[in-house]
Amino acid sequence: MNAAIEVKDLTLAYGDRVIQRDLTFNVEARDVFVIMGGSGCGKSTLLRNMLGLEKPARGDVYYAGHNYTEASPAQQRKMRMNWGVTFQQGALISAMTLTENLSLPLELYTDFTPAERAEMISLKLSLVGLAGYESYYPAEISGGMRKRAALARAIMLDPQYLFFDEPSAGLDPISSRRLDELIATLADSMGSTVVMVTHELDSIFAIATRAIYLDNKTRTLLDQGAPMELKSGSQHAVVREFLNRGKVAPEPGVDR
Amino acid sequence: MPNDSVQFVDDGERVSLVLRGCWDRDTPTPDAKTILAGVADKKVVTVDTSGVENWDSTLVNVALGLRNLAEQRGLSLQENWPTGIDELLVLAEAVPPVAGDAGATNEARWGILASLDPISASRRVGEELAGLSQFVGALVVSGLKLPTATARVRFRDFLHFCYQTGPNALPIIILTSSLVGLILGYLGAVQLKQFGAEIYVADLVTVGILREMGPLMTAIILAGRTGAAYAAQLGTMRVNEEIDAIEILGVSPMEFLVLPRVAAIIVMTPLLTLFADVFGILGGGLVSSGLGVSPLQYWSEVQLVLHPSHLVIGMVKAVLFGALVGLAGCRAGLSSGRNSEGVGKATTQAVVVAMVYLIIADALVNVVCQLLDI
Repeated sequence: MNAAIEVKDLTLAYGDRVIQRDLTFNVEARDVFVIMGGSGCGKSTLLRNMLGLEKPARGDVYYAGHNYTEASPAQQRKMRMNWGVTFQQGALISAMTLTENLSLPLELYTDFTPAERAEMISLKLSLVGLAGYESYYPAEISGGMRKRAALARAIMLDPQYLFFDEPSAGLDPISSRRLDELIATLADSMGSTVVMVTHELDSIFAIATRAIYLDNKTRTLLDQGAPMELKSGSQHAVVREFLNRGKVAPEPGVDR
Repeated sequence: MPNDSVQFVDDGERVSLVLRGCWDRDTPTPDAKTILAGVADKKVVTVDTSGVENWDSTLVNVALGLRNLAEQRGLSLQENWPTGIDELLVLAEAVPPVAGDAGATNEARWGILASLDPISASRRVGEELAGLSQFVGALVVSGLKLPTATARVRFRDFLHFCYQTGPNALPIIILTSSLVGLILGYLGAVQLKQFGAEIYVADLVTVGILREMGPLMTAIILAGRTGAAYAAQLGTMRVNEEIDAIEILGVSPMEFLVLPRVAAIIVMTPLLTLFADVFGILGGGLVSSGLGVSPLQYWSEVQLVLHPSHLVIGMVKAVLFGALVGLAGCRAGLSSGRNSEGVGKATTQAVVVAMVYLIIADALVNVVCQLLDI
């Protein structure tokens, strides 16, 4: 049986500058999978390549066994129907109210009547704790609320895959924790596979089931596994150091 | 070696570098290359810094240089740096430098000279034309979906942009076109008075405004006002990842964002041009009355010269100019960089490119009219 997402020999580059090379890993169904690493190592670039927003220099990304990188635009569009994505800054369309933002995927992919759409939007806004904010514009709500509204838009079609780019960046610890819990609860209840880019250790330990570490020195995937196991058991000092907030954890065996 | 700050102790197979004294910016000290030049063909080099009294980044720089050179020459470097330097070296080596100067553009390397290079200049023109053709093609494909109602265009957006482009721009269009008519009338009247032909100032102003200055001035105002606004709006959406979100939702930014904007400016430019024409001609009349041509004479002459062909040519130009301004603005915005500087550049590019397009298109239309004798 195929993994939910397979990344094979993916090399990320901007022109001649290689960001990461030969990345190979699998994301299993219902995983909460975290892409971690230091600043500038290419975490967001990897996510953008997985989403097809950037074209990889080499390699392929498979969703449920189907090659997304090589798929035609029509096939890609069909595959994207199963995705929900939230970007670093929420990326709600600023000229639209929350209702209009959330209505967009429903208008595109469903035959719902306006009344059904309004009902569904209310439900999703309630799920993220934003009931009553239907007619607000993104600029009229706080950063944390924008992120939750973006999450509501991402789950409008109950997607099979949920992607998050730094979901808790810029949030206070309490809001950040609540957002993590919300993501975990929603993903679990919808049976979604989650791929998340973050370097927030609290988030990683709270909700991630598996993680990969991208190294910006060697520009490769250094290690992968369950975050708690990597914290003490990674063969690479830099991974242990990252997961122990900069304190060098004792070596489990061979070091880098 | 200055200041005797390094001493070489030859120990058979290895050589020890004994560093002494002050290694700071106020003390002349050798760099890593000079130091390693004294190592000759030894394969193992030991660094002893126990005699170092005071140091700053100078010594960190030497340490880094020694490490890099030792790696290049295949030397084994056994180091003993003062407390603190090790941590700085870890920080400095945490992220490897970008290979070569791959990030430096031709422009960064050669400055203003790069823009004078005829090869790169012609390449830029080629890229611009190819990019424009691609953009127009994509827009036409999106536009063709409109009759089948499969295009993701919100009619409300179209109306919103029509309002932004049209009524909001009307006061400035009226002001500038009146003044242009006034200037044309004044220049014409002064020259024609020498031949006793002041009455023909009405012909000059009417034909000049209808065929040339009306559509051109309207388009120039719209380039600075609406084209720049389109570029800034779309550029900011690019920065805020809104365009990425739209693409991920499966909506074409060309249909959702570009089509309503370009359609709005195409519809509104001829309407604004009509106002520019009327107020331009009135402006010319204002000057003429001060120069001995009565308003009635001026109006009679305007009616004589007011041929529909002038109006049609002006309207054709207005539609074309509107489309070009919209295209330049939207294209600059969609290809904007992902930072505030990128948005600024996109806005400037939208205006500059629109001006160039306008002048070229105006010249081409005039040549065609000349050939067709209209």
